[in-house]
Amino acid sequence: MAIEPRLLTERARDGREDDSQSDLHTEHQILNMGPSHPASHGTVKFIIELDGESIVDLDVQVGYLHRGFEKECESGSWYQAIPYTDRLNYNSAILANLGYCMAVEKLMQVETSERCQYLRVVSGELSRIGDHLTRAGAACLELAAMTPFLFGIEARELAWDLQEILCGARVTSNYIRIGGVKHDMPASFPAVCRENVAKIRALLEDFDDVMTENRIFVDRLRGTGFLSKEDCIRYAVTGPLLRAAGVAHDLRKTEPYLVYDRLDFDIPIGSVGDNYDRYLVVVEEIHQSLRIVEQCTDWLEQNPGPVDVDDPRVRWPAKARVFNKMEELIQQFKSVTEGPMVPAGEAYHAIESANGELGFYLVSDGTAVPWKVRCRPPSLINLQPLPLMVRGALLADLIPTFDFVNMIGGECDR
Amino acid sequence: MEDHGSEALRRLIGGLPEAVRETHARLGDATAVVDASRIAEVLHFLRDTPGLDFDVLVDLTAVDYLGQAPRFEVVYHLCSLKHNHRVRIKARVSEDAPEIDSATSVWPAANWMEREVWDLYGIGFRGHPDLRRLLLYEEFEGHPLRKDYPKEKRQPLVGPRN
Repeated sequence: MAIEPRLLTERARDGREDDSQSDLHTEHQILNMGPSHPASHGTVKFIIELDGESIVDLDVQVGYLHRGFEKECESGSWYQAIPYTDRLNYNSAILANLGYCMAVEKLMQVETSERCQYLRVVSGELSRIGDHLTRAGAACLELAAMTPFLFGIEARELAWDLQEILCGARVTSNYIRIGGVKHDMPASFPAVCRENVAKIRALLEDFDDVMTENRIFVDRLRGTGFLSKEDCIRYAVTGPLLRAAGVAHDLRKTEPYLVYDRLDFDIPIGSVGDNYDRYLVVVEEIHQSLRIVEQCTDWLEQNPGPVDVDDPRVRWPAKARVFNKMEELIQQFKSVTEGPMVPAGEAYHAIESANGELGFYLVSDGTAVPWKVRCRPPSLINLQPLPLMVRGALLADLIPTFDFVNMIGGECDR
Repeated sequence: MEDHGSEALRRLIGGLPEAVRETHARLGDATAVVDASRIAEVLHFLRDTPGLDFDVLVDLTAVDYLGQAPRFEVVYHLCSLKHNHRVRIKARVSEDAPEIDSATSVWPAANWMEREVWDLYGIGFRGHPDLRRLLLYEEFEGHPLRKDYPKEKRQPLVGPRN
């Protein structure tokens, strides 16, 4: 197998020459892992330089799921991009919907209603719960623990059931709209929500019982995949990875959007930034998200009101008015055939997604088609320092470390 | 040059007055267009000046303004964890010489972001340690996010070389 010489780092070559203590002739070995490997969920290729079982260096090759997300968005109307955002992070589609729609709203200066914001928070947090459960559950699976994975998946199913009640789909939700959401929650939602939240808490307790102090699990995670606070910042790492390294940075607190400043929740942080800290942070964040979901459900039950913004540029007029009034009929026709015209300008808006800062940088030339849609993908940016996390570690530690980075191909490769 | 009430813009204009071409703060995003030849200096200044401390390169991307001169704009979004403020820096790059200094010496995070911009827009970064395509494969011809690259264009997918 031919491997380009540039993959052998200078450091590795030096190390081999300095290997004078031993008379044993050793050679570094190049191992190709992926792009489709059963132990790495996500289509990504690692070219690993190994010294025995230790990782000397690693080249991460991404792009296998590249499908031209940004190019597609730049050829349809502003609305047509929303279903594509579902496919960015298929574990937490609503958060991607939300990031895009809020960036368009910033550009159009649309102010959404209070009820809409609460609905967005509930649906977004359910998405986050599903994402974190996948990450924590899959970590167990990769360390050969099947049962807790099933606890995690069962809990995720409960969160996705709630998502289904809200928007009719479990995974590709397509729930958030520019200036609103697809529709208000059905009357049955609060009761089912409380029931499912209690069930998820019970499953998390089971999960905690078998994993958090499990000797094998702790030994495999503690002290592996270490990334310092300073390196996190230099590599622009955000989300649970940054918080596990001890930086209390969460956009829901530092730059509150929607109604997060009115809700009571905490930001867990780790102390050293290894995989075990990441596990603890992720699990605690699920508990905090459950608290948010409960608070929002209570509020939504007590405060009925309009959901969509009353702005003819982005939301259709009520059907009764469309059938009886000329202006509204024209407006509906224009909305369907052209979609919203977004004033010329540029805007960047970021939300705290399950993986970190999910930002959208949009440029409009004043027409109904976006000029530029840039998604700042936390998956890709958090993946970049992976070689730093695993250099010197055993090959087997790459698997759980990669899991906690939680690279999602759809978002990473776009 | 106006600072639009932004501390970052005020200090940038004060510290490097000749490097800043124009500023705005529309929709609350403090933005400065700077001289592309001095981008490294500007980024170092923003990172190292006490009171600014832009320690995180949040995002680096480009925009193709086909039909305008200069055609491309490289866009940097910076954030300071210490002071919790943000700024957007833009630098215009011409079509004839689509090149700009790399930011990898300021933030290693720029490495993959610049590789992506090279891959999709064909803008080169001087001083980048390893400027390969990031998302597409090496045999791919052209840079698909350029506005003159047709969306429907298909290319053969070249398999592994070995």
